Amino acid sequence: MVKNINDLNSIHIDVLKEIGNIGAGNAATALAKLLNRRIDMDVPRVKIMEFRDVSETLGGAELPVVGIMLKVTGDFTGNILFILKQQAAEILVNMLMGRPAGDSGAAEGHVFDEIEISALKEIGNILAGSYLSSLSELTNLNIAPSVPDLAIDMAGAILSVPAIEFGKVGDSVLYIETEFTEGDKRVVGDFFLVPDVDTYSVLMNALGVNF
Amino acid sequence: MVKVIKVGMADLQSSVHPCIITTLGLGSCVGVALYDPVKKVAGLAHIMLPSSQQARNYSNIAKFADTAIVKLVQDMLALGAEKSRLIAKLAGGAQMFSFVDGSSEMLRIGARNVAAAKEVLNSLKIPIISEDTGGNYGRTIEIHSEDGKLKIKTIGHGTKEI
Repeated sequence: MVKNINDLNSIHIDVLKEIGNIGAGNAATALAKLLNRRIDMDVPRVKIMEFRDVSETLGGAELPVVGIMLKVTGDFTGNILFILKQQAAEILVNMLMGRPAGDSGAAEGHVFDEIEISALKEIGNILAGSYLSSLSELTNLNIAPSVPDLAIDMAGAILSVPAIEFGKVGDSVLYIETEFTEGDKRVVGDFFLVPDVDTYSVLMNALGVNF
Repeated sequence: MVKVIKVGMADLQSSVHPCIITTLGLGSCVGVALYDPVKKVAGLAHIMLPSSQQARNYSNIAKFADTAIVKLVQDMLALGAEKSRLIAKLAGGAQMFSFVDGSSEMLRIGARNVAAAKEVLNSLKIPIISEDTGGNYGRTIEIHSEDGKLKIKTIGHGTKEI
């Protein structure tokens, strides 16, 4: 029988949270090393939402954000999305490129050049790579991220991309979300792991949980 | 103050005049706006996927082009619209990310959504009088019951009316 989001019980949800915890912990460490700064993370949330609520989840469907997306392939499949507010992306790029850490003050309308965009993609690469490698170690599954791609657009339009896949199998979508913050509590970004419904069982069984 | 009705993802709404029906942040989804210019009945659907045929486990018919458009027409007829007078406008169906292997089915979903919406409208003999589809950017759209104009807002790609 094909399983669905509704078949997840509280133990399954806890397993997904723990996956988020381990993956994001590793990713936060990698980001901290890269930036040579302290990076904190909140407790990962497993969000199950109806589609109509998806676009508003990051504080407004029209909010301009930077979205870095990678596809997850291997024994287990899905998508990874790292979403930063425009200003946070700017601060992050400045840190990475050794410029004065503050944002340039231009909250809106900063156009990222090619080098800045590839720097942001590289951050996505490092976060996703470290997140998945810890997940792979934990589960003994073969998991690999694709090359990242980046879009700067409305939060709703970006968040809808991984949600659409879920439309084929049900009426809701599941995200494992972790928020990263930099030392003085400035929010860096939101990291989403969105496993494909069809591979929940692979993930659960690898961890010895029935699904 | 004109009543503003919000349509979420995989959702549809319709209303009599006066109203503005809007949906925010359309990406690969397609927005189908229908309008009866005589009765000034407006409707909007935010469609995620081309067809209910390959789907399983669903109860929300607003997410598929084939089922959503039929339902939207029914709702509008119930509000006094006449099917022969309905016109359609389309927006959305973008490709937000362009991966190196652009072959993936999911990544071409925008174009497939637009094609499916057109096919359904054609089979219902509802003329498509304008569209703003494709590209790689998100859109917020609103249909005005006053005259059926569809306003489209983007980030970095201007604002227009179709």
